[in-house]
Amino acid sequence: MSNPGNPFLTGNSVADERAAAATAATADAARTGALPAPAPATGWSPAGVRSRNWARLPLGLIIPAILLAAWQAASATGLFSVVQLPPPAMVLGAAGELLGRGELGTHIAISTQRVVIGFLIGAALGLILGATVGLSKIADALLAPTIGALRAVPSLAWVPLLILWLKIGEDSKVTLIIIGAFFPVFTTVSLALRHVDRNLVEAARAFGLKGVRLLTTVQLPAVVPAVFSGLRLALAQAWLFLVAAELIASSMGLGFLLIDSQNNGRTDRLFLAIVLLAVIGKLTDALLGLAEKWAVKRWA
Amino acid sequence: MTAVLSSERAGNHAGTSSALPVSFRGLRRTFGTGNAAHTVLQDVTFDVAAGEVLAILGPSGCGKSTLLRAAAGLDSPSAGSVVIQDTPVHGIDPRCAFAFQEPRLLPWHTLQANVAIGLPTGCSAKEGKAKVSRLLELVGLDSFAKHRPREVSGGMAQRASLARALARNPGVLLLDEPFGALDALTRIKMQDLLLDVHQAEPTTVLLVTHDVDEALQLADRIIVLGAADDGQGATIVRTVDVPGTRPRDRASAELAALRVSLLASLGVDGH
Ligand SMILES: Nc1ncnc2c1ncn2[C@@H]1O[C@H](COP(=O)(O)OP(=O)(O)OP(=O)(O)O)[C@@H](O)[C@H]1O
Ligand SMILES: [Mg+2]
Repeated sequence: MSNPGNPFLTGNSVADERAAAATAATADAARTGALPAPAPATGWSPAGVRSRNWARLPLGLIIPAILLAAWQAASATGLFSVVQLPPPAMVLGAAGELLGRGELGTHIAISTQRVVIGFLIGAALGLILGATVGLSKIADALLAPTIGALRAVPSLAWVPLLILWLKIGEDSKVTLIIIGAFFPVFTTVSLALRHVDRNLVEAARAFGLKGVRLLTTVQLPAVVPAVFSGLRLALAQAWLFLVAAELIASSMGLGFLLIDSQNNGRTDRLFLAIVLLAVIGKLTDALLGLAEKWAVKRWA
Repeated sequence: MTAVLSSERAGNHAGTSSALPVSFRGLRRTFGTGNAAHTVLQDVTFDVAAGEVLAILGPSGCGKSTLLRAAAGLDSPSAGSVVIQDTPVHGIDPRCAFAFQEPRLLPWHTLQANVAIGLPTGCSAKEGKAKVSRLLELVGLDSFAKHRPREVSGGMAQRASLARALARNPGVLLLDEPFGALDALTRIKMQDLLLDVHQAEPTTVLLVTHDVDEALQLADRIIVLGAADDGQGATIVRTVDVPGTRPRDRASAELAALRVSLLASLGVDGH
């Protein structure tokens, strides 16, 4: 049990006890100013939030649909050559062809795998180091200048070194993505921890909380929203760094598809890669967004 | 209500449940150093007997909260010390429970989980649950047990904060304007509640308040903080033994006279 001192954080029901308390409510309760049973919080219901979410989805699809129509129209007028702007149907055809040969699946799978591994490792390191620097003044003084300097190095500057050290394999690409995912998480977590409401921390300490329990009871819950905005930034960075890594040195993945299509003049595949990056990037972000919603509702 | 509390007392072995004497010895607190040094309290010396209710009065900003924080070990004095029973306070003191001037509840916990934070270490889960629900009932929040702090009013949050401090069964209960955010009616109810709790479990209470009537109603003794002779911070300018036993008649003439003279000590012309 992570919170030995607090019986209300162990997840078991207190309904029975509430029932007991209700029957025990006597004249005392009236004396002490007991108010009538709480009305449900106004203007908010889970159903309301959900229905609003369903309304959001079609709304968000309007602009992509317009873009698609404009794309179709522009390529149909003949203003652009097919090489400059292949029509949507051609891109779809390219997708079908690559899919049939089993290449598209491989590209998507390998890119997603790189992003997921790099993101998870980078975010975990960012959380751990960010928490250390955010909570300890000594760690801050010791680590912050170095990490700040490393952060100032433009991402692509690492590429030659990574290739030299790790060769053109998975390791060098994943490492670059780790670097990309690390910094947003590190920065947001360390800053947020430093700005946790001191009064709350003091109150918790006054009631004997310290160390890991203080961390899990007060400090971490307080930074949950910040952690998630860091994670979402980190995920975007991970995709960015993925494409950078794959553009430079790879034989598979969506970034490779981009550069390969450029070299072969296959603009339809180039478009395909871009659209796929947009869609997969958005999907992964939406997944993280769902986790964020759950966490913020739980903790904030 | 008394029965509820005393039965709990009989069955509760966790925490310091007996009242402890407190003594402040030559306490001084200066903030900042060099030119920016700013003395808030100086030469504060007084004793509080075990089980006594002591009210601390003084103008805003004179150092009342600072005094309580020193007793809880949340702040260390620049000179002097606070001694609880025979051991000086050094660092956060588990014998004290603090109800802060602001509720300071954790926004992501329900009221009951917040109150449970106050439970003394070594309190079993079953015992703790029962105690928390009794306390919530006592402060009139039993139907709000599952609500988050932002879903209740400021006065309700303050009552939850009081319940959290009471959950600790402290040897010394430190209350920093615990009824400040309450309406007049709820305030009187909570004052009565505090007296009931105190009667059932005679802990030592240090109560900071702005309200002279509240001090007269609740305290055995009142100390008034005011500017020190040399103008450097505040010190005790007056100590008053409140006559009579609780519950006191709110309309007593003797108390009315004392009220006027206390207001005068606070610099208010109370006619
Ligand atoms: N951490 C701190 N650093 C600097 N000055 C402080 C600090 N804490 C308190 N003070 C100063 O100490 C003085 C007394 O503060 P304190 O909060 O004890 O007053 P108070 O009597 O409780 O006032 P109120 O009745 O308004 O709550 C104030 O002038 C305040 O500026
Ligand atoms: Mg104060």
